[in-house]
Amino acid sequence: MAEPVTRISTPMRLEYRFTPGRAASRFLRHVEQGELLGQRCPNCRKVYIPPRGACAACGVPTDEEVRVADKGTVTTFCVVNVPFYGQKIEIPYVSATILLDGADIGIFHLVQEVPAEDVHMGMRVEAVWHDERRPTLESISHFKPTGEPDAPFESYKDYV
Amino acid sequence: MPADDVLVAPNILEYPYARSVGPVIGRFMTGLRDGRIFGIRASDGRVIVPPTEYDPVTSETLGEDRFVEVGQAGVVTTWAWVHQPRERHPLQRPFGWALVRLDGADTGLLHAVDAGDESRMATGMRVRVRWRDERVGEIQDIACFAPEAG
Ligand SMILES: [Zn+2]
Repeated sequence: MAEPVTRISTPMRLEYRFTPGRAASRFLRHVEQGELLGQRCPNCRKVYIPPRGACAACGVPTDEEVRVADKGTVTTFCVVNVPFYGQKIEIPYVSATILLDGADIGIFHLVQEVPAEDVHMGMRVEAVWHDERRPTLESISHFKPTGEPDAPFESYKDYV
Repeated sequence: MPADDVLVAPNILEYPYARSVGPVIGRFMTGLRDGRIFGIRASDGRVIVPPTEYDPVTSETLGEDRFVEVGQAGVVTTWAWVHQPRERHPLQRPFGWALVRLDGADTGLLHAVDAGDESRMATGMRVRVRWRDERVGEIQDIACFAPEAG
């Protein structure tokens, strides 16, 4: 008699066709050129990146396009120590929310070229671009410390 | 200047879940692997297939002394026809999803019925298990149900 069954495999697969829409498509086309393009709300003046074509707070279209720097400040971060299926990066690694200079919302990306335990809030970082760029944020390999002094908490306290 | 057209890309989410089944569902799965179907007797005497770990009326734990083997044929109590099977459906030709109340059971087991054509599906029709050749202890060990001859 074979052993009793104690486990079953229950895989799940969802296939979507994703379109980022007009505003984020323009953003991604610019990423391909090595540029970061946000949009400013005409009402609250906040700069969104990636742009979504409208300000969620004011409910108005955001037509004005604004270049955003490819460096910024770590506002919050997470050290990933847990291996998982499909993981592409060696652990431990750091995922961070980075407030790019000129933007009013953080983007989510990797912080590397620094020991995980040295990453901290306020750390100044800059994008490391791939030579071959495509219309995806993966065209930025990761962010690395700039070596500048930390940004004062006051400068990003509204974004944490 | 970059083109202004809207991008589109495939976005596939995959979760390779495995779950432990516990003693009750485990017994059901072990039965399937061995070509047998087990239910569990509830406090009101009904036989529930697949077996539940708790009584649906009193919520008491249903222990291993309550397993009941049921028949490998039964009656379709409700059904829906699938005209275009999806990639992971149990059959790659049109089929019926049905609740099958197996002989000796009081509840319906959801599975596919290989009826060939929607006109052959009916509430009350008799169907029989068609086992998969190689069974491992999962619901797909039942390849499908097929209409009983006659
Ligand atoms: Zn606004």
